[in-house]
Amino acid sequence: MVRARAIVITGNGTNCEMEAAHACRLGGFDDVVIAHISDLLAGEIRLDDFHFLNLTGGFLDGDDLGSAKAQANRFRYAKVDELREHLIDQLMHFISAGKLILGVCNGFQLMVKMGLLPAFGGSYLKQSATLTFNDCGRFQDRWVYLKSDPASACVYTKGVEKGLYLPIRHGEGKFVVDSRATLDAIEANHLAAFKYSDSTYESPTMEFPLNPNGSVNAIAGLCNETGRLMGMMPHPEAFVHRINHPRWTREELPEEGDGLILFKNASEFVRKNLL
Amino acid sequence: MARRIEIALKKGVRDAHGERIKREIEHFLHLAVEEVRTIDVYTVDGELSEDELVKAASEPFCDPVIQDWRIDRPMADGFDFLVEVGFRPGVTDNVGRTAREAIEYITGRLFASGEGVYTSVQYLLKGELSRSDVERIAKDLLCNTLIQRFVILDRAEFLAKGGVPVSAPKVTAETRSQVREIDLNVSNDELMRISREGVLALTLDEMKIIQAHYRDPAVVAERRKVGLSDKPTDAELEALAQTWSEHCKHKIFSGNVEYIDENGNREEIRSLFKSYIQRTTATVRQQLGDNDYCLSVFKDNAGVIRFNDDWSLVFKVETHNSPSALDPYGGALTGIVGVNRDPFGTGMGARLIFNTDVFCFASPFYEKQLPSRLLHPRRIYEGVVEGVEHGGNKSGIPTVNGSLVFDDRFAGKPLVFCGTAGLMPATINGKPAHEKHIDPGDLIVMTGGRIGKDGIHGATFSSEELNENSPVTAVQIGDPITQKRMTDFLIRARDRGLYNFITDNGAGGLSSSVGEMAKECGGCRMDLSSAPLKYPGLDPWEILISEAQERMSLAVPPARIDEFLAMAKRFGVEATVLGEFTDTGIFQIMYGERTIAYLPISFLHEGLPPMEMRGVWEIKRHNEPAIEVSTDYTGDLKRLLGSLNICSKESVVRRYDHEVQGGSVVKPFTGVANDGPSDAAVVRPVLDSYEGVVVAHGICPRYSDIDTYHMTANAIDEGVRNYVAVGGSLDLVSGLDNFCWCDPVKSEKTPDGEYKMAQLVRSNKALYDYCVAYGIPLISGKDSMKNDFYDGAVKISIPPTLLFSVIGKIDDVRKAVTMDVKRPGDIVYLLGTTANELGGSEYFALRGFVGNKVPKVDADRALKRYRALQRAITAGLVASCHDLSDGGLAVALAEMAFAGGFGISAELGSALWSGDGAGRNDAVLLFSESASRLLVAVRPQNRAAFEQLMEGCDASRIGVVTEEDVLTITGLSGAAVIRERIDELKQAWQSPLREL
Repeated sequence: MVRARAIVITGNGTNCEMEAAHACRLGGFDDVVIAHISDLLAGEIRLDDFHFLNLTGGFLDGDDLGSAKAQANRFRYAKVDELREHLIDQLMHFISAGKLILGVCNGFQLMVKMGLLPAFGGSYLKQSATLTFNDCGRFQDRWVYLKSDPASACVYTKGVEKGLYLPIRHGEGKFVVDSRATLDAIEANHLAAFKYSDSTYESPTMEFPLNPNGSVNAIAGLCNETGRLMGMMPHPEAFVHRINHPRWTREELPEEGDGLILFKNASEFVRKNLL
Repeated sequence: MARRIEIALKKGVRDAHGERIKREIEHFLHLAVEEVRTIDVYTVDGELSEDELVKAASEPFCDPVIQDWRIDRPMADGFDFLVEVGFRPGVTDNVGRTAREAIEYITGRLFASGEGVYTSVQYLLKGELSRSDVERIAKDLLCNTLIQRFVILDRAEFLAKGGVPVSAPKVTAETRSQVREIDLNVSNDELMRISREGVLALTLDEMKIIQAHYRDPAVVAERRKVGLSDKPTDAELEALAQTWSEHCKHKIFSGNVEYIDENGNREEIRSLFKSYIQRTTATVRQQLGDNDYCLSVFKDNAGVIRFNDDWSLVFKVETHNSPSALDPYGGALTGIVGVNRDPFGTGMGARLIFNTDVFCFASPFYEKQLPSRLLHPRRIYEGVVEGVEHGGNKSGIPTVNGSLVFDDRFAGKPLVFCGTAGLMPATINGKPAHEKHIDPGDLIVMTGGRIGKDGIHGATFSSEELNENSPVTAVQIGDPITQKRMTDFLIRARDRGLYNFITDNGAGGLSSSVGEMAKECGGCRMDLSSAPLKYPGLDPWEILISEAQERMSLAVPPARIDEFLAMAKRFGVEATVLGEFTDTGIFQIMYGERTIAYLPISFLHEGLPPMEMRGVWEIKRHNEPAIEVSTDYTGDLKRLLGSLNICSKESVVRRYDHEVQGGSVVKPFTGVANDGPSDAAVVRPVLDSYEGVVVAHGICPRYSDIDTYHMTANAIDEGVRNYVAVGGSLDLVSGLDNFCWCDPVKSEKTPDGEYKMAQLVRSNKALYDYCVAYGIPLISGKDSMKNDFYDGAVKISIPPTLLFSVIGKIDDVRKAVTMDVKRPGDIVYLLGTTANELGGSEYFALRGFVGNKVPKVDADRALKRYRALQRAITAGLVASCHDLSDGGLAVALAEMAFAGGFGISAELGSALWSGDGAGRNDAVLLFSESASRLLVAVRPQNRAAFEQLMEGCDASRIGVVTEEDVLTITGLSGAAVIRERIDELKQAWQSPLREL
């Protein structure tokens, strides 16, 4: 394989597949495939053929059992046709091959609830955190300032100077952990790659609406210790060009939107390490 | 036996749902309650092993970080009263459906027929409440008894019973196939009884036409051949009632009207629809000549115009008023997912790119007595807002534009307008995508949800006024995920050319969708015994007319059916062959081997003669208030900014995802703090192109109190004005009309029908006059004509309302303009002239007056102005542009200033005046709602170029953007008549609905 290949999974209520695929293309991936989950379950498309997996935004199964819960269950139990292989096996193989997964919004919820994040010490499939209803009790569409952690091993945030400005669009984005120990380990290992912050990206904040959901320690995005798996509530694919910015008609902005760097970093990582 | 799984939040975890209910109990019911907590309950009715049940409870149903689970042991604790609310049998339970699928993944087995999972919610109330308080909480807040049922237990009862008894709301009924014959050889009174008791909504004349059909010997002879008698079957009568309903047939718009104006001049109008709406489009298209961009108008589920060489643009706006009055959440949710199926079912099908929504409500703070059947406006507000939120957000379609309009007459019926635009390839497999056809022999295929008793008689019921006995079954609950799965599948099937024709299953169900399709090729034969049902117990006629949601009907060529069905299965979408299309000229419905309906297509679709109606116009004089002269109007401005029709709707808008799909360019809110009100939306539907779609709307029902002609002219002008303000092109623009009227047919119940009909005629006249003048073709529309409440004692009629939606193109979205002022020193221009036109204004409404001097639109001057503005925007000369509407100049200046975070200093003396100089004073200049006006801010270096472009277009330099964050408006005397800090103005504008 010499081409950098990204896959975006859709179906059952995933909604952001087109703009996620667009962001992957702009970010430098040679091939970008939008795959319906039924294509994966039919065995026609296999995760093994890709380097970068996008679990993107939406309302999987209507978030009926809690956000992304039904899809987590589907991943765990659904079998790929003919081969009698569970989809989860393909996914675990993808991870152990050192490939990249970015979960955005509903995809972040899915990763956390499947136990793919934070997954200390590679303890995948054991849930230790969750994303639940916003403190304000409502779905919110608004833009937020995200302070990045320069000490993080996160593959996606390399080169982010202070932070990014991106939209959130969710009703269940409040990050919660199962214990103090989990939170301490997240902080000690610099896994909280993004925190909701003030507009200067100086200090994380618990203040609404800057922190739109009441997430503990203002955590907006989380990676694992390898930095290759990342989940975040804000939508990087929603800001890839200056005209996505809510104030583009009044501010001098670069052509490229803040969110694009994540996809560029992903494709660079793939080129350096996986091709 | 059914088992109960309960899921409760762990101790110490915040219960956001419970907290919200607590607030609502206090706010709506004025009851003090200490705490509300919630428990989710899954009643699993199926054969599961203990191990499987534990897996279901502990894995998909429970989030182990924040929740605990238990099986068959109640979790409730520490409460005074418990209320458990679940669905009635047969009501769509979306969470239950997902829960069932989750268990099926775990077990690897499908649930057997009749088995299922049902959800309910337990509310644990703590506080000093009596049982009657709790009953009120249950009935008035937690439970809509039309679709839900509840159990109340106090602590002692709970302990005595060992929790809430397990109960699965299963529909228990036998398979039925009963077909009744109805004897129409009866008296007129008896005919009307048949219509009324069957909710057929057929008039005596219509019943007699049907009676005559069945007396025709030729008809009877044909019927005998297929085993039918000379009496109609229930299925036939129901199919005729659906097809001939006002909702489906638009009898008022297609009828004959004798119109008499205020001077006694008589006019015969043959079909308002043909005479005004269709003629508008025909005239404009003729004017456009070779540049005509209309592709498919008035013949499909939505209108289609050209976007560019590769893509066509599709748009439709619908209303869902009656269901939203009964069940605001379910009604509105169904409204949005229902209108989604219109562009989706247009031509060969379109990808959906955005939604719009406009709601008309009574004040959420309404305090007067309401008739018992009506829900409180606040309840309707909450339910509708949430229903559209779930419908739009879950479907992944951005909600980009909308309004909330308030008038207490909407207590009688709320208006819920939902629009959806789509984009389709200009051609698919070499054929124009906006066209479709059916060949005889093509198979009738239904995809999506199953059929239940939900939505039976929706079409006929919405063709009547809301009354005490409005049917429960008319309410449906939408399921965005089932629909999303279906549309994911169908788009792929479309691109592979697997079907010839697609249409929506909406009002009237299969009887309407397949009935319409049969018209295309000249007949059909459909077997209802093959239709997939949610549960047994439906008679064939119910299967025929059920409006159960999330269904599309298709014509699939026999050669492609295997591939079609295989792909459907893979996508988890149910698809069923119900029969075939024919060219027999007959709409033939079978139940197994037996024919149960045999209707000539010509009778079904053309058997109904036009209705005869009369409209008599009179000019009504309202009290004309004296305009109070004052030296300071700052207080008036703040009261206006805080009025419901003007104030910020941000608390609602932020609940709608307006950015999904990544194409958002001009968002609902703009400005330095992302909170200024945009005039229109700009969306980029193809992400690697800068060509954009602009969508806007106008609505001003208040002017109907004076004259619906001018109401309509102003709505059109407002729509166009908003569209132009952000940079929409006048060279590719189209309109949609949505009429929501009170019943305009004179009858015992509507003694003033002739006046209301005259209002309708006048509105149509303006629609023609102004759309032709602006060069805007109408591409689609809809009418809803019975927006009244009548319980025998109280009648509430809505004000006649026209929603005028505008959709078109901007060639380069990077030229789009927003309404916020950008920088100090920019020059502020007022485009257009101001007249003494406070009639129907928000300013008069504040004082409880209507007045008489309604704003009048000068279309020729306005169009010249809009064209010049478009040139200026395209040339990059415009920094900011904002339309003037409710509240006039003062409100527009305030909004522009606080959105941009700078002050404005403006002089009223510089505004151009038209008409009698005697009426010119500060109050009128500040608050008159004269049409076709805009505010524009221009950088000083662009001043000369801008002024040159605007020459002869009524542009006056009225002020400048200031560093000082104060709005100062100088009156005619030279002294400031308004002076206030912009943060104070913003506060006044934001506060009324902020907490809702």
